Amino acid sequence: MKDLFDQLQGLDAAIGQRLGGAPVQLQPIAGDVPVVQITIEGRQELPIFLTCSSAQILCMCYLWSDDEVKPSRRTELLECLLDLNPSVPLSSFGRVDKRYVLLGALAADARVEDIANDVAVLSDNALDALEALSEFLN
Amino acid sequence: MSVIKKLVTLLRGSARELGESVVDANATRIYEQEIIDAKHSIEQARGDLTGVMAKEMQTARAIERLKAEVARYEGLALEALNKTQESLALEVATKVSALEQELDEQTKAHSSYALQVGKLKELIKSAELRIREHERELGIAKTTESVYRATRSISESIGSSGSKLVNARESLERIKQRHEDLSDRMTAADSLDAEFGHKALEKKLAAAGIGEDADRTRQVMARIKARQASEGQA
Repeated sequence: MKDLFDQLQGLDAAIGQRLGGAPVQLQPIAGDVPVVQITIEGRQELPIFLTCSSAQILCMCYLWSDDEVKPSRRTELLECLLDLNPSVPLSSFGRVDKRYVLLGALAADARVEDIANDVAVLSDNALDALEALSEFLN
Repeated sequence: MSVIKKLVTLLRGSARELGESVVDANATRIYEQEIIDAKHSIEQARGDLTGVMAKEMQTARAIERLKAEVARYEGLALEALNKTQESLALEVATKVSALEQELDEQTKAHSSYALQVGKLKELIKSAELRIREHERELGIAKTTESVYRATRSISESIGSSGSKLVNARESLERIKQRHEDLSDRMTAADSLDAEFGHKALEKKLAAAGIGEDADRTRQVMARIKARQASEGQA
């Protein structure tokens, strides 16, 4: 965990700088893998969770859960997500444990500037996606 | 079974257990050990390879040398025969046959070394492939575990903090509302600034006796004075 924190030194400021100076908070989350919660002021409802393994750094933003999807439009939504995937820069749609996520992956030794860029783009994309796809949700 | 195929099977079952069960700890250790072993055997094969290649080159040089010697001694034997030195020619022929025997041995050794070089190169290539494959499989397994474990930590953290994940639509509404509030506030601030900024300027101008306000007082005074004058006359 300490190693990850060393790697993330200055990440809050770097993300804020890319999002028009919005204050950014980093909060470690207890558990058996390193996880850091990134909260961007004004977008508190869409925090980004950063986790790392030996293979990569993963940034995830939870969009909605399975039970929020309108059953009648489920297939349409899934196809739409697959179609969108190649077009959304740096982020991909996925699902983890019944929750839809938008995620960005980086090399395990990524620089803090690259992580900041990924997180900022992920946050913008998540907000955008939520707005664009809310018609599929209850 | 490939890791991705195994993942697909597990995903059809319970995703909750995915965090631990993609590759059990034992299998992970076996994979990791295999990677270490494969890397070790590559190192050893590389060491062997340099030795065998050196011997291959040595035998190649010996073959060249022996062939030259055979040719030279055959020439000498021919010369002896031409000079009717039969017994000397026979002695040289014996030497040639000994050289040819050595040449035979070196040629066999050389081809056996060449074969070994080929085998060692194959061994290194296949060990490298095995390492790459194992590393990829371990990468997928570890990433899956890490993602699901992280998700569990996140859910627990959200649960323990008392807040819960809000509905996506609500989240969107709140963010949009906040954004609108902010832009409304900015618009209001702009118009307030414009208003107060304008009035403040007018006041300053009037104080300096410039503009309509300043003139209005003067005009009123002039009107009153004119009235006074006309009433005095009447």
